Parts: sequence; structure tokens; C-alpha cells
Amino acid sequence: MFDGFDALLLARIQFAFTVSFHFIFPAFSIGLASFLAVLEGLWLKTGKPLYLDLFKYWLKIFAIAFAMGVVSGIVMSYQFGTNWSVFSDVAGPVIGPLMAYEVLTAFFLEAGFLGVMLFGMERVGKKLHFAATLMVAVGTCISAFWILSVNSWMHTPVGYEMGANGQFLPGPSWWTIVFNPSFPYRLVHTVLAAFITTAFVVGGVGAFHLIKDRTNTHARKMFSMAMWMAALVVPVQIFAGDMHGLNTLEHQPQKVMAMEGHYESHPDGAPLYLFGIPNDKEQRLDYAVGIPKLSSLILKHDLDAPLAGLDTIPDDEQPPVAIVFWSFRIMIAVGFAMLGVGMWSLLARWRGKLYEWSWLHRAALVMAPSGFVAVLAGWITTEVGRQPYVIYNLLRTEDAASPLAAPAVGASLVAFVVVYFFVFGAGVWYILHLMRKAPHAGEYGVKRGDKGPIRTAGITPGLTQDPSDETTKDLSGSKQEPEERP
Amino acid sequence: MDLTTVWAFIIAFAVFAYVVMDGFDLGIGILFPTFEVGPERDRAMNSIAPVWDGNETWLVLGGGGLFAAFPLAYAVILPATYPLIIAMLLGLVFRGVAFEYRWRDPSHRKLWDVAFTGGSLVAAMAQGMTLGALLQGIEVVDRAYAGSWWDWLTPYTLLTGLGTVAGYALLGATWLVWKLDGESQNHARKLGKRAAWATFVLMGAVSLYNVFLNAEYAERWLTAPEIYYAAPVPILTGLIALALLRALSVERHSKPFWLSLALFFFGMAGLGVTIWPYVIPPDVTIWDAAAPERSQIFMLVGVAITMPLILAYTAWAYYVFRGKVGHEGYH
Ligand code: HDD
Ligand code: HEM
Ligand code: HEM
Repeated sequence: MFDGFDALLLARIQFAFTVSFHFIFPAFSIGLASFLAVLEGLWLKTGKPLYLDLFKYWLKIFAIAFAMGVVSGIVMSYQFGTNWSVFSDVAGPVIGPLMAYEVLTAFFLEAGFLGVMLFGMERVGKKLHFAATLMVAVGTCISAFWILSVNSWMHTPVGYEMGANGQFLPGPSWWTIVFNPSFPYRLVHTVLAAFITTAFVVGGVGAFHLIKDRTNTHARKMFSMAMWMAALVVPVQIFAGDMHGLNTLEHQPQKVMAMEGHYESHPDGAPLYLFGIPNDKEQRLDYAVGIPKLSSLILKHDLDAPLAGLDTIPDDEQPPVAIVFWSFRIMIAVGFAMLGVGMWSLLARWRGKLYEWSWLHRAALVMAPSGFVAVLAGWITTEVGRQPYVIYNLLRTEDAASPLAAPAVGASLVAFVVVYFFVFGAGVWYILHLMRKAPHAGEYGVKRGDKGPIRTAGITPGLTQDPSDETTKDLSGSKQEPEERP
Repeated sequence: MDLTTVWAFIIAFAVFAYVVMDGFDLGIGILFPTFEVGPERDRAMNSIAPVWDGNETWLVLGGGGLFAAFPLAYAVILPATYPLIIAMLLGLVFRGVAFEYRWRDPSHRKLWDVAFTGGSLVAAMAQGMTLGALLQGIEVVDRAYAGSWWDWLTPYTLLTGLGTVAGYALLGATWLVWKLDGESQNHARKLGKRAAWATFVLMGAVSLYNVFLNAEYAERWLTAPEIYYAAPVPILTGLIALALLRALSVERHSKPFWLSLALFFFGMAGLGVTIWPYVIPPDVTIWDAAAPERSQIFMLVGVAITMPLILAYTAWAYYVFRGKVGHEGYH
């Protein structure tokens, strides 16, 4: 069935598919874990039940998103060996230890405290529970730290020595390897991306419930918090993205040429192309629409600065331009749309109309999934722009693959696609289902049937509650979990 | 002891921790259909809901540690057992999401219960068969897997696969004996006894097979100086087996579980004796596959600092959820 395909292409599709799916969940759970920590912190500080309600509302969603992140992540950590065994063998001594640190310092931390965070409130008390929530939130950020260090090293490899057996060996300083030149930029940009992604989801859900009922205090709070994030963090993200781009220009100029659609060199001032159809065969941008000299201004801070184009790069070292060119534009477009919503919300807030302007709410609702689009587009820019290398300028993707036959890779690819769409489709459906219910006073947390793990033998017998039970929806707050009311 | 040996022990520890901890989770998944729909199933699942994620992380450490400390082994074993690894991963996907989904969607709870059992069963079988495929030997040429696509499928690997399924079921049943009470506990004890017998038979069969599989293995177990080191392993295993059967008839608490752990421990020790010093029999030793010293030292620092902390907070998380699950009035 797959004999016509080449195993390499199938392996690349499989990697891109599984990692893209995986990253959707961390992008959400990194931000949501921190949001939950903030909510719980505010609850402890102010004692307002509103925050506890919001905490519990989002905790249920977090539990599902996190489970999907975990199972799709395990797939990733084995995929290096199954599909990229040559890469694993030669790069293992350098990046393996970084991934091991990720497991030791992040995954265990998240997983170890997750149980307490989800089910432990009544068992450990408020303060310890808050500590557990913090640990989970910190864990997600540490995880981002290590995996992005690994990824960045593949983009800007430094601090290694070549072994006689063809392996990359660590040089004298691990510091150099971990803090490789593109890492700080990528870390800041990606973690901010996760926060923004979450903010827009939270804002979208808040907006949805505001549209239905403008007086819902819980929806108001959510929406307001999210819009602060949008107004304040998106500009920072755009600045960080710009810095990231300058760093990329320094270390991976081909990628920037592809992002900009610069096939030809511009000795005195390069235009910023807004639109065009990349044509790799003819090596030119068809139907180009651009603003003269603006690209030089952005990248070199000088209108007349010369910029080299892809004509200076041999054909077999160029990335596929169209994918990079378009995915980059999608990310930028989404970024500016987010900025627009953020500024709009500032204006509304200033006028005292944050909860009144229904067009703002509609816009926020439409933008709810925009973070995921930007994040995936950003990763596609980054990763495809690095091609044809996996370890930049050192190891070609085609030389990194496992000695597998096309039918084996093809069959597993089909299995992944079918299973992921089914399983994660169901998960997303459940999340949407939870989001559709309005947040209300007396939210219940993550409980399991009538014999939840939180109420084991003889300890604080709480109320019997099945979260999936529709009849609980309208119960008044005072009837549920009174023991947690301050 | 050199660093490479230290690392071999660390990986072995991670694998052992994984096998026993996720072992009882997967075991509960395997036994799930025998539980009554309703509170009995709910309680069985709730007994592991707060800890399964932490348990599964040991698998990531085992895989990630292998990648970091023995990259060549990682790069050979995974392609050699490709279909098994993919099956395991997909099994774990279904198993992992079932914890959340079954509560979210009562109208499809049956479906997710099937996913829970199916995922657990596939993952357990695939793990056992991967172990078998490794023990029976993997062909390596030029730092790469050189065998064919079905080398991993033999009667021997089927036997190790079934053995693992039985062993996990034993762990799961004894965990439930500890965590449940009343009728459900009696049910778990009954299951535990059956699983124990299945485990003994399959473990014995695999051990015998090992001796015939490879002349070197036989030598290790049956000739003069080695036999004195090796012999205590089967003898102690036998004693533990007897104690376990007795405990399952009289105990109502944690003892059967600890004895099952001990059984697994000696099983692992036996494997260690069999395979040492190879990481991929018959050609690649741990020293052939080891990462350079700088990588080993860097990670050892990390392990030395974090492992005590990890063990401490993992123990705390178990402590928080101690006691019998969901039965008011107990004690
Ligand atoms: C920027 C952040 C980021 C990126 C780029 C990646 N991940 Fe991830 N990953 C996380 C952030 C994260 C996380 C937020 O920390 C998760 C989500 C759920 C969780 O448990 O941790 C996670 C989960 C997670 C898990 C499960 C951990 C557990 O059992 O608790 C594994 C094994 C991986 N990831 C491995 C990978 C690999 C091999 C990647 C690269 C190809 C990767 N992740 C990309
Ligand atoms: C999590 C977000 C990520 C996304 C969405 C992503 C996306 C992609 C995509 C789309 C490709 C395919 C490029 C092509 O084939 O032209 C790719 C390639 C690759 N990426 Fe990433 N990537 C991510 C993170 C990472 C990380 C963190 C690592 C390393 C730890 C990594 C390692 C690789 C490798 C080894 C390849 C080469 C295989 C290939 O070219 O298909 N990626 N990635
Ligand atoms: C409009 C302003 C933005 C600019 C100028 C910008 C710039 C960039 C650049 C140049 C890259 C490529 C990095 C490389 O070459 O390796 C990148 C990657 C990326 N972008 Fe953006 N970006 C912007 C907005 C956003 C937004 C709003 C998000 C998400 C909410 C986002 C998420 C990402 C991610 C996840 C990556 C890949 C990871 C990385 O390399 O950092 N970006 N961005």
C-alpha cells in the first residue's frame, strides 16, 4: 500500500503530525497551569469564592488537556528512536542528557503533584494544595525550558566535538550547549505564546458567556483577566518575535530569506513582501506585492542595508520557501489581530464598557482558538525553515532517519492519524462541552462518580456528586462542598 | 564500579520502578472487565487515578535515560521492535485518556472502559514482547538494526508477553486487595490467586526457555562458579511465591502486594544475571553503547540531586491518598 512512498517522507509526516498534535496541548496546559495558580493564589489572598469557582471551572478542563498532553508526549519521546534512529545515535550524547533532565526536573514534578492538585484539596488543606498547584505550573515551564533548549541546539548547534565514531560529543561546557545562541529567544517567545494562547481561550469562553448573560460575574472576571493579558503581553510577544527574527537572521539566514520571500539579493534596501506566490523552480516570487526597503529597515534598522537572497544559497540547501513564507505570514497576521483585540479591550475598559460592547465579545469569541493557529504556524516556520537539515548545517534530515521500510512507517502513520483524531477529537469535544456550561457559584471540582478518590476512608465525608450529572448544574452554591467555603 | 555500570543500574532501577508502578495500573486495566459495572469499577479506577501519571513517568525516564546514557541501544532496540513500540504507545494513549473521559461522558462510559482495558492489555503485551525480543538477541551491523521486520515475533516473545500480562494482573489484583474492602476485596483476592498461578507458570516457562535459547545464558545459570551467585535467585523466588499464595488466602491488607513486588524484584534480578553485561545481546555490551563520560557525569549530578526529591514527593503523593478507597465508615 505504501510501496510508492518513500519511508523518509512518511517518517517526516509522522513526526510533524505527532509533534504538532502534542504541542497543541502543552501550549494550552503551560498557560492554564499558571492561570490556575494565579486563581488559587487570589482566592487564598482575598478569600473571595469567585476565584475558587473559576479555579474549579478551569481545573476540570485542565485535567483533560493535561491527560492528552501526557499521552501524546510519551509518543514523542519514543519517536526519536523509532523513526530517527541515526539522529538518536549521533546526537544522543549531547541532547539525551538534556531530555533526561527534563524528565527528572519537570515531568516527575508535574506528574507527582498533579494527583494532589486534582483530587487533594480536602486531604491536604489549602496551603499545601496551593503549593501542589504551583509545582505543577512550575513544572510545565521547566519542561518548556529543557525541550526548547534541545530544539534550539538543533537549530544553532554549539559546544560539541565530533567523535571518531561519528557521534556529536559534548564539549567541555554544558552551559554553552544548554544556552545555545537561539535558545533564550525561543524560550521567551514560546512560553509567552503559551500564555497568550491560554489567555485567548479563557477570554473566548468568558466572551461566550457574556454574550449569553452580561451579568454573569464569573464570566466577567474571566474576560477581564484575559483581556489584560491580551493587552499587555501581546505587544511584548511581538517585540520578542522581532528579536527572535534578528537572532535567526544572524544564525540561519536561509530561513529568513525564505520567510521574507527574498529569492534575489538586494544590494541597496530589500522590500518587505506582503503577498506573493513563491516559485521555487524559477527561483522567484510571482505576483509580489511589497513595500520597498521596509525589510531592510526591520532586519537591519537601515533603509539601504543590503540583504542577501536565496540566489546566494545552493539549491540543495534551500528550505521549501512556500511553506515557510506562508506559515510566517499566518503567524504575523494572527499576532496583529490579537494586538487589535487587546487594544480594543483597553479602549472599552477605559470607557467603562468592557462588559457592554458585544462586538468586542464576538471578536474575542472568534479569536479563542487563534493562539493555536499562531503557535503551529510559528513552529512550522521554524522547523521547515531549518530544512534540509535536522542539526543545522551538520546533519541532513535524509541522513537522520531509521532504516525502516515504507510499509512499516506508513502503517504506523495511518494508525496515529486514526487514533489521534478519534481520541483527541473526543477530548476536545469534552472540553468544549465543559466550556459551554456557564461558570457559576459553587462550581464543583474534579470528582469521580460517587466514590471519588478524594473521600477515602473516614476523611471529611463530602457531598456525593457526579460531575457528569446534569441535575447538579443548577444546585445553589451553598449546597455543594460547604466545607471549602471560607 | 565504573560510570557505565552505574548507569546500567540506574536504568535498570527506572525500568523496575516503571514495571511495578505502572504494572499495577495496567494490571487493573487488564482485570477491569471482571469488575461489576458501577461502584466496583469506579473504586478500582479511583484507587489509581491520582498516581497513574507519576507511575507512567518512569517509562519516560527509562526511555529517556536509555537515549541519554546508551544512545546506541536506544537507536537499535526501537527500530528493531518498531511495531511493538507503536502498539505500546497507542495502547497507552487509550489507557491514559480513559481516566478522564469515562467520567466526562456517562453515555459512552462502556466505550472508554473498553479502551481502558484494551489499551492496558496491548501495552502490557507489547512491553513483555519487547523484553523477549531483546533477550532473544538483535542483529546489529554498523551501529544499526540489521534484522528483518518480524524478528520480534517468536513463540518465546509470545511467552514473555503473556508472562508480563499475568504478572501485571497479579500486581493489579494485590493492589486492589490493599485498597478495597468487602465483597470487592474478596473478588480481588480470587483474581490475585489465579494471576499468581499464571505468573508462576509463565515465569518458570520463560526461565527454562532462556536456558535453551542461548548457550551463554545456560552457562551462566548452570555451570560451576556462576551457579552459586545465580542459584539464590530462583530459590528465593520460589519461597516468595509460596508466601504470596498463603498471604492471598489470609491477608486483607498490603502484604500480598509487597510480596508481588518482591517477586518482580527477583524476576528482574534474574534478568540481570541473564543479560549482563550486554545491553543488546548477543553483540553490544553496555560499554559499546555508552554515552561519553561527560554526558554520564552531567546526568549523574542531576540524578543525585533530583532522585531523592522525586522519591520523597512521590511517596508523599501516595501517602496523601492512603487508606481504603471510597467507603465511608471504614476504620
Ligand atoms: C514548549 C513546551 C514543550 C515542547 C516544545 C514539547 N513539550 Fe512535551 N510537554 C510539555 C511541554 C513541551 C508540557 C507542558 O510540560 C507537558 C504537557 C503535559 C505534560 O505532562 O507536560 C508535556 C508533556 C510531555 C511528555 C509527557 C510527560 C509526562 O508523562 O508527564 C513527554 C514525554 C514529552 N512532553 C516529550 C516531548 C518531546 C519529545 C518533545 C519534542 C519533540 C516535546 N515534548 C515538545
Ligand atoms: C512542539 C512543537 C513542534 C512543532 C509543531 C514542530 C513541527 C515540525 C515540523 C512541521 C517538522 C517538519 C519539517 C519538514 O519536514 O519539512 C519538524 C521537523 C523536525 N522537528 Fe520539529 N516541531 C516542534 C518541536 C520540535 C522539538 C521540540 C524538537 C526536538 C526536540 C523537534 C525536532 C524535529 C526534528 C528532529 C525534525 C526533523 C524531522 C523532519 O524534518 O520531519 N521539533 N518539526
Ligand atoms: C506579530 C508578531 C510576531 C513576530 C514578529 C514573530 C516572529 C517569529 C519568528 C521570526 C519566528 C521564527 C523563529 C525561528 O526562525 O526559529 C517565530 C516562531 C514562533 N512563533 Fe512568533 N512571532 C510573532 C507572533 C507570534 C504569536 C502571537 C505567537 C503565538 C501566540 C507566536 C508563536 C510562535 C511560536 C510557537 C514559534 C516557534 C517557536 C520559536 O521558534 O520560537 N508568534 N516567531
